[in-house]
Amino acid sequence: MKYVDEFRDGEKARALAEQIRREADPARRYHLMEFCGGHTHAIFRYGIPGLLPENVRLIHGPGCPVCVLPIGRLDMAIALARRPEVILCTYGDMLRVPGSGRESLMKLRAEGTDVRMLYSPADALKIAQQNPDKEVVFFAIGFETTTPPTALVIDQAAKLGLKNFSVFCNHVLTPAAMHAILNTPEADSGALQLDGFIGPAHVSTVIGSAPYEPFPQQYKRPVVIAGFEPLDVLQAILMLIRQLNDGRCEVENEFIRAVSREGNLKAQAAVSRVLELRSSFEWRGLGAIPESALQIRSEYAEFDAEKRFGVEQLHGRENKACECPSILRGVKNPRDCVLFGDPCTPDNPLGSCMVSSEGACAAYYSYGRFSERRIPAEELRA
Amino acid sequence: MSRLNIAKGRVEMVHGSGGRAMAELIEQLFAQAFDNEWLAQGNDQAQFTLPPGRVVMATDSHVVSPLFFPGGDIGSLSVHGTINDVAMSGAKPCYLSAGFILEEGFALADLKRIVDSMAAASKEAGVPIVTGDTKVVERGKGDGVFISTTGIGVVPEGLQLSGDQAKPGDAILLSGSIGDHGVTILSLRENLGFEADICSDSQALHSLVAAMVECVPEIRCMRDPTRGGLANTLNEMAQQSGVGMQLMESRIPVREPVRAACEFLGLDPLYVANEGKLIAICPQERAEELLAVMRAHPQGQDAAIIGTVVEDSYHFVQMETVFGGSRMVDWLNGEQLPRIC
Repeated sequence: MKYVDEFRDGEKARALAEQIRREADPARRYHLMEFCGGHTHAIFRYGIPGLLPENVRLIHGPGCPVCVLPIGRLDMAIALARRPEVILCTYGDMLRVPGSGRESLMKLRAEGTDVRMLYSPADALKIAQQNPDKEVVFFAIGFETTTPPTALVIDQAAKLGLKNFSVFCNHVLTPAAMHAILNTPEADSGALQLDGFIGPAHVSTVIGSAPYEPFPQQYKRPVVIAGFEPLDVLQAILMLIRQLNDGRCEVENEFIRAVSREGNLKAQAAVSRVLELRSSFEWRGLGAIPESALQIRSEYAEFDAEKRFGVEQLHGRENKACECPSILRGVKNPRDCVLFGDPCTPDNPLGSCMVSSEGACAAYYSYGRFSERRIPAEELRA
Repeated sequence: MSRLNIAKGRVEMVHGSGGRAMAELIEQLFAQAFDNEWLAQGNDQAQFTLPPGRVVMATDSHVVSPLFFPGGDIGSLSVHGTINDVAMSGAKPCYLSAGFILEEGFALADLKRIVDSMAAASKEAGVPIVTGDTKVVERGKGDGVFISTTGIGVVPEGLQLSGDQAKPGDAILLSGSIGDHGVTILSLRENLGFEADICSDSQALHSLVAAMVECVPEIRCMRDPTRGGLANTLNEMAQQSGVGMQLMESRIPVREPVRAACEFLGLDPLYVANEGKLIAICPQERAEELLAVMRAHPQGQDAAIIGTVVEDSYHFVQMETVFGGSRMVDWLNGEQLPRIC
C-alpha cells in the first residue's frame, strides 16, 4: 500500500530501535506520554514496547475519546435515545461503553431502541432526510479531528432547513487536557512521572503545532508531534530522548508531511462559525476543566439537542473501585486496578479504558498479559 | 397445479401453510432446481446408504445481509459453509439438507436466484441437497430469507483430525489470503462503495481437503476461519490443544484492496471473516510437502506456512509483526467496530 508501507518498514524500524538503544542514557529513565489513543493503538498493534530499552517507558494518555467522556454525558445520550421519537446516531466505539446501571447503547439497541452506527456525521443528515417524522440526534464525541465534520453537518442542516436534526455535542480539546494533566495534585507533588509528550497526529493536522508551545515554556515538558504510523512513533521517541539528553525543551514536529504550525485554517474557521468554547466541561478522570470543550453557538441553537430536548444534566455513578480516573491521569497503571482482568475485561468492560482498543486497559489486557509471558522470538526461531 | 408467477410474485403466508400453494412452491422452485433421486422419492425424509467409515455431521445457519454480494449470495454461502464444516474433519461430504425461513413479501424472483445458486453450488461440489423444509414468517419477522443447512460426510480410513491434536513444533498452514469475504460484506452493508475488486472468497474446500489428507494423512487438525477470522480460529485451536502459537505477520497473505479497505475502516484483517479458506496444522517435517500439495490445487495457490505451534500454558497466540515487534493476537473482543479517530 503506497504511502503506508513506507512507514511500517521493518528494516528501518530495527535501525531506529538500535539508535534509541544507543542514545538512551542507561543512568536515567524516560517517561514519555503518548497523549493520543491512535498512538496507543499503533504502539500495541506493531509491538513497539518490545523494541524499546527497559528505561524508556510509554505512558498512555487520555486521548481516547470514549475513555474521557464522563458517565453522566453518556447517561444523557441514553436518555435521549430512549425518547420514542428519537433516532440516535453515533460512532461505533461509543456503542459498547457502559453507562450508570451497566446500560450501553448497544444493549439499548438490542432492546429495540433506534440507535445507529455512523462512519460519517453526513450519514446522520441523510437519515434525518429519510425519516422526516423522526428526530435524528447525532451524539458527537471526539477531539479536534472529529470536530470539523460535526460543525459542517450543523451548518449544512441549517442551509437545508432541516427541522428534525440536532447534535448532542461533546467535543473536547487536546491542549486543555494536557494542561490539566500537568496541574493535578499528583503533578504538583511529583507523583506524576512525565518527561515529555508524543503529540497527536490527526488532531495536530487541524490545530497545528502552535497550541503546544506553552508546554515547553510553562511546564518544561518537550513535545514531539508524530504521525500514527509505527516508524513515526519510533522517530518521535528518538527525538524526545535527544531533547531530554541535550537539555533542550521545545515543540518539534515529526509529522511535517501533514502538520504545519498554524494547522488547517479552513477547518478551524468552519468550527468557530458553529461552535464556541464551553466555560467548563467534566472529563472522566480529570474532573471539570475550564474551557476544555465546545458547545453549539446560540445562532445554531435549534440544532443543539441539549436545548431542543431540555436534556437534564446527569452525573453518572462510577464503579467506586474503577481506577480509570487515575489511569487517565497517567499516575496509575491498569495493573493497579483490582477490577482489571476480573471482572473487567474487553468483553465485559466496567470502565471506559477497557472499552476502546485505544484505551490503556484494553491495550494492557491484550498486550500486558502477554508481555509478562512472551516467548522471545529469537528463542522460538532457534 | 397452477404456475407460480416467479417474475412478479412474492412469498405469502399460504406458501408455508402446508396446502397446495406450498406444494407448488416446493415443486416448481426447490425440487426443480435441486433435482435429484432422493428428492424425487417425495418422502418427508431422504433415505440413503453411506460408504463405510466414521460419519460426521455439521450444521450451519445463514443470515447474511445483504443477500447478494460479489462472489456469491446467501444460497451458495449456505452450501459452501456446511460442506466446509464437514470437510474440516477430513471427511468427504456426501449429502446436505436445507431449511428455509422465508419472510412474507419476499420476491419469488430473488428466492429463485438464491435457490438456483444453491443448486449450482451443490452440483459443482457434487454434494446433493436431499431433504429440506420451508416455513414462512410474517412480514417484519425475518430478514427476507434465512437458510439452515446440515451436511453428512464420511471420514476415510486412517484419519483422525481434531482441534485438540496440535502439538508443539507443528507447522501452521493457511490456504490463501484472508479478509476477502468480511470486507466485501461490510463495504456493501455500510454502503461504502469501494470500487476496488474485492469479492467474497466463498467456496467449497472439500476437494482441496481431499488432496491434502491423501498426501499427508498425519494432518493434526483443520478449521475454516469464518466469523472472528484467523485470530479467533487460531485461539480456539490453541485453547483446545492446550498449546501456544507463534505467527509471522509477513507470511500471512492479505490482498492489497482488502488491506486498503481494512486500513480505511480501522479494522484488523486478522479478525475479518473468510468463507473459503482453511487453516491446517501438521507435523513440521511434513509441512513443505503439504504446502506443495496445497499450492498445486487451484484453491490453495497462495497457501503459506504462517507459523509454529509452541509450548505455552497460557495458550497465547503471538505474532512477530512486519515491523519487527511482537504482539499478542487475542480473541476478538465483542464486535470489531471502527475506531473514532
